[in-house]
Amino acid sequence: MGNEFDFLTHLPAIMPEIGLAILAIVVLGLDLFLPESRRRSIALVAGIGLAALALTPLLWGPPAVPTGIGPEEQNQVLLFWGGMVRHDVLAQVFKVMVLLAGAFTSLMSIDVNGIGRKGEFYLTIIVATLGASLMSAAADLIMIFVALETTTIPLYILAGFKRNDGRSAESGMKYFLFGSFMSAVMLYGLSLLYGFTGQTNIYALADFLTSPAFGENPVPVLGAMVLILVGFGFKISAVPFHFWTPDVYEGAPTPVTAYVSVASKAASFALLLRFLVAVFPADMMIGGAEIHGFWVQLAAVTAVITMTLGNVVALAQRNIKRLLAYSSIAQAGYTLIGLAAIGAQEQSVAAVAFYMFMYTFTNLLAFAVVVLFSEATGSETIADLAGLSRRSPWLALTMTIALLSLGGVPPAAGFFGKFFLFQAAVAADLTWLAIYGVLMSIIALYYYLVVVKVMYVDRSEDESKPIPMSRPYAWVLGVTSIAVLILGTVGAQVVFDWALANASTLFA
Amino acid sequence: MVQTEMYVMLAVVLFVLGTLGVLLRRNAILVFMSVELMLNAANLALVAFARQWGNVDGHLFVFFVITVAAAEVAIGLALIVAIFRSKKSINIDELHQLKG
Repeated sequence: MGNEFDFLTHLPAIMPEIGLAILAIVVLGLDLFLPESRRRSIALVAGIGLAALALTPLLWGPPAVPTGIGPEEQNQVLLFWGGMVRHDVLAQVFKVMVLLAGAFTSLMSIDVNGIGRKGEFYLTIIVATLGASLMSAAADLIMIFVALETTTIPLYILAGFKRNDGRSAESGMKYFLFGSFMSAVMLYGLSLLYGFTGQTNIYALADFLTSPAFGENPVPVLGAMVLILVGFGFKISAVPFHFWTPDVYEGAPTPVTAYVSVASKAASFALLLRFLVAVFPADMMIGGAEIHGFWVQLAAVTAVITMTLGNVVALAQRNIKRLLAYSSIAQAGYTLIGLAAIGAQEQSVAAVAFYMFMYTFTNLLAFAVVVLFSEATGSETIADLAGLSRRSPWLALTMTIALLSLGGVPPAAGFFGKFFLFQAAVAADLTWLAIYGVLMSIIALYYYLVVVKVMYVDRSEDESKPIPMSRPYAWVLGVTSIAVLILGTVGAQVVFDWALANASTLFA
Repeated sequence: MVQTEMYVMLAVVLFVLGTLGVLLRRNAILVFMSVELMLNAANLALVAFARQWGNVDGHLFVFFVITVAAAEVAIGLALIVAIFRSKKSINIDELHQLKG
């Protein structure tokens, strides 16, 4: 941040957001002017537009940080727009992720009854993506709140989008009531942090909190931290703030469920990581209390509880969307291991980023299959997937790839995702947590493989009726399953190294 | 001049009242009003802190919170209307179609 404000140097930091705003207006215009018969192309414009915008974070990458400079100078290079956003590699990786999630979600909504031909559906997806993209870069308390709400408020609309369907309306209502309650709690925590320091930039908070001006009392800081973590716990659906997840996932239109489980969760993890590392950095002590150690232990305990509950309850599910809901709770638990392993520094940041990256593709793949299946048959029960391997062999194969990846079986991407997380845990002296994570993944394999068994072994009367699939779906399934396989083999190290590069700038 | 502590204490009282309202009330509109009360408790705290520190960041924050709260009201009321149309009730205990 120089003294004079040069507009052009600040533009690259928000290139994807500018593109998203323009795309939103284009989609709105198409919705107005296209006749009913050609409305299918709205989804294509939204999907292809979002996919193209996923390139912008790569084209306008973060500025090079000279080596050997202190955290102050680093922030001067990386903070833009008066310190509102930080243009670094973490933001870059997660922006690509949420933009791709938005693109695939738009494409997989194209033939869904009741939402596929509505321009406002895609508009809302794009706005939610804009919020998620800002969340990955937010570096100011005000920006954090605004970005979070820009993501969440459109998601309330999307969850209740089929407003004549009682289940969708109920899902939207539940999401809205819990969500607004939790964001009010979080806002209170943010207001306290501002009150203690008089600063809103998260990179200025830690210095003030540890300075003599703040005093020696750790209790208010811990209180504010807990209030804020409650809000984040809701967003990533960590136990005990997970109770909304299964209901919202089941009731919302399936593409929306896919989006909530992927983009909203990934952006929340990016923000949570950035926030905790910046505001409560390593070895932070106030009045003899270990503030840093407190949240690290909290993350470890939450990881254990979340993995356990998600995996155990998932065993009993009969509805595929509820199964994936509990599985996504469990996946949040695994990712929290990476957060608890922050002692491994860059390695843990890169592990979390890689896990979310591969999880984005994997979960979108699984949900794309569920969208196709439930649109064709009207059923979401696992037992009804019987004979899918004979009905639509490709669909069954891609679903198997997704489930194996979620379960962590090579050559699917989930294996390396878990490998990097557990490696970071071991590097941070949390071997017990890594071992517990491995045990939990074994339990999880059971319910994933049950679905595979139903698809390949069980027989049904409908085996001669293949599931109809239009071209956009074939593209979504093809691209995501190939991505999952590449990330599980040759691409793993490449993406991990991309997230690892310059991750050290996060640690002041 | 009233001490900042007083404002912050009032904000805490409002926040707790709002939380209790969310947890105890069953009518969706009243739950929703309680959430608004919590947001305004945070607003009051922000403004009080801004006066204490003598900078405008807190005031700026409040403007954004008010805007976001207005958007939330619009969405929330729309959802409540949608629920009322299908169930003829806005009691949140009757939202039990989704269970497992």
